[in-house]
Amino acid sequence: MNEAASPAGRAAATAPTDHPAARVLMRRHRLRWWELLPWLAAIGFYFAFPDYLGFGAELLIAILFALSLDLALGYAGIITLGHAAFFGAGAYTVGMLSFYGIWTEPITGLLLAALAAAVVGLLSGLVLLRARGLTLLMLSICTMALLQESANMAHDYTRGFDGLPSLTIDPVLGRFEFNPLFANTQYLFSLAVLLVCFVFVRTLVYSPFGQSLTGIRENLLRMHAIGSPVRRRLVICYTISAALAGIAGGLWAQTNAYVNLSALDIDRAVTVFIVLILGGYGRLYGAFVGAVAYLALEHFLAQIYPTAWQLGLGLLLVFVALFARNGILGLGEVLWRRYASRRATS
Amino acid sequence: MTEARLETQALSRNFGALTAVSGIDFKLDAGARHALIGPNGAGKTTFINLLTGVLPPTHGRVLLAGRDITDKAQSERVKLGIARTFQINRLFRGLSVLENVCIAVAERVGAAGSMFYPAGRRSDVIQESMQLLETLKLADVARQRVSELPYGRQRLVELAITIGLKPAVLLLDEPAAGVPSAESHIILDAIERLPEDIAVLIIEHDMDVVFRFAKRVTVMVSGAIFAEGTPREIEANPQVRAVYLGQAGQRTADA
Repeated sequence: MNEAASPAGRAAATAPTDHPAARVLMRRHRLRWWELLPWLAAIGFYFAFPDYLGFGAELLIAILFALSLDLALGYAGIITLGHAAFFGAGAYTVGMLSFYGIWTEPITGLLLAALAAAVVGLLSGLVLLRARGLTLLMLSICTMALLQESANMAHDYTRGFDGLPSLTIDPVLGRFEFNPLFANTQYLFSLAVLLVCFVFVRTLVYSPFGQSLTGIRENLLRMHAIGSPVRRRLVICYTISAALAGIAGGLWAQTNAYVNLSALDIDRAVTVFIVLILGGYGRLYGAFVGAVAYLALEHFLAQIYPTAWQLGLGLLLVFVALFARNGILGLGEVLWRRYASRRATS
Repeated sequence: MTEARLETQALSRNFGALTAVSGIDFKLDAGARHALIGPNGAGKTTFINLLTGVLPPTHGRVLLAGRDITDKAQSERVKLGIARTFQINRLFRGLSVLENVCIAVAERVGAAGSMFYPAGRRSDVIQESMQLLETLKLADVARQRVSELPYGRQRLVELAITIGLKPAVLLLDEPAAGVPSAESHIILDAIERLPEDIAVLIIEHDMDVVFRFAKRVTVMVSGAIFAEGTPREIEANPQVRAVYLGQAGQRTADA
C-alpha cells in the first residue's frame, strides 16, 4: 500500500479539523433549511384549517409525547413501554390542581406537571434502569400499571374512572382565553410549548451528553470500559424524558379540560411507541412524521371504515416492520441516497 | 526502586467451587511490555476482569501506583488510568470512526456530561481524536461507519478508542484475534508505536506476536502463575513447552 498517496497521507499535511470527518462533526448541530419546514407547516395549518385546530393541538401534543420517548428510546436505547406513566403524572398534576382550584395558570401548570413527572421518572428510573432489555420493558409497564391502579384507588382525590371534568385554565399570559371553545389559542399555545421543548431536546441530543447517550445505545459495555458513569447518564436522560412526557400530559389535560385514567393507560403507551417507530426513532423528526402519519391515518381511515380502521393501521405497521425498519424517515433516507448515487453515476 | 505501576497481591477469584484465578502476585512497571500467555481456560480473561474492576476478587488486592484500588468500580479505574481492549470488538458500530474515538476522548476530558452546547464546538476533542486516527493510519476512513470497515481496521479502532483514554496501564486482550494474517501487521505496528511510558500487558495466543512484542512473559496455567521470564527463557523452559508451547515453541521469533 502506498501510504504517501493515500488520503491519510494528504490529510496529515493539513490541520486535523480540516478533515471532512471532523467538519461533519463540527457542523452537525447547525440548523439546516429543511428544519424550518415542520414549523412553517404548523403555521400554515393554522391558517388553512381553522376548523381543525382542536385536532391540530392533539397532533402537536402527540408529537411532543413521541419526542420525549425518542430521547429515551431513540437516543439512549432505553426500551420502555411505560411512557404513559409520565404523561399521566403530568396530566393528573394539572387536572387535580385545577379541579380543586389550587393552581390554574397554564404555563406554571406545565412546569409543575414536568416536575411531578420528573420525580416519578427519577424514582422509577433509579430502580428499573438497573435492568435491561425485556426485564426493563416489563418493569416499565409495571410502573405504569401501578400508577394507574393507584390513581384508580385514590378515588376520593382523582374521582377514579369518572375522571376530573370541566377543568378551568386561566387565560394564557392573562389575555388569551383558554378552553376548548378557543381552539386557536390552544393550538398556538401547544405549538409554542412544542417549539420550546424541541429546541431543548435538539440542544441536548447534539451536546456531548447526547453523544454519550448514543454511545450507550450503541455499546453499553464499551461505555463502561471508557469510564462513563452509564447508569447516572441513563437516569438523567430518563428523568428529562419523563419531564417532557409530563408536559405533554399536562398540555393534554389543559386542552381537553378533562383528565381520566386513560392518561395512564397502556394503550397510550403503545400508541406513542408505534408513532415513534412509524416515524423513525433516534432522528428527532421521527416524532413529527410518525404523529402526523398516525393521526391522519386514524382520522381518515375512521371516517371511511368506521368499524375496521385499525386494520389499515395494522397493515401499515406490517409494511414498516418488513420494509422500513427505521420508519418513514429511514425509508426516505434510503430512497434519497439511492437517488443521489444514481444521479452521481449518470 | 519506585513502586510498580500496577500490582496485584494474592489476587484470587472463585466461581462457586471453581478457582479461576488463585493467589496471583504480579507486577507491571511503567514502560513494561509484558505478555500473558496460557492455554484456554487458564484464567487470563478473568485476571483482566479483576484488574479492570469488571469482577470483584474473592481475595487479594489490586494496587495502581501503590494505591489500593480493589474497591473501585470499573469507571473509576478508567479515570485513574487503567484501560483495556476487548478480545471481541466492542465498538459503536453505527457511528463513524471519528465519532467512536471522540466519545472516548470526550469522556476522558470530562466533557461528556455537558448538555447545553453542541459536541461539535469541542474542537479540542475532535482535533485530538483526528490526530490519533492519523497516527494509527485510520484518517482515510474517519468518516466511515465502523461497521463498514474490514475486520482488521475495526480492531485498530478498538485500539484507538482505548488509546484515546490516555491510559497509564493498557491491557490488550488478544488485539490481533480474528484478523487475517495479511492484515495483522497493522495491529502490531500500532502496538509498537504506543507511547513508551505506558505499561502494556498483552494477552496473546500467537507466539510470533508475543516474541516480537514482549520484553517479559508470564505463563498462566489453571489460574496460577506457572512461569515468568524473558521470552527467551520462556521459550527455553521445558515445562512451559510441555504444557503450552508445543510446536509453536520450536519456532523462532521473527523480531
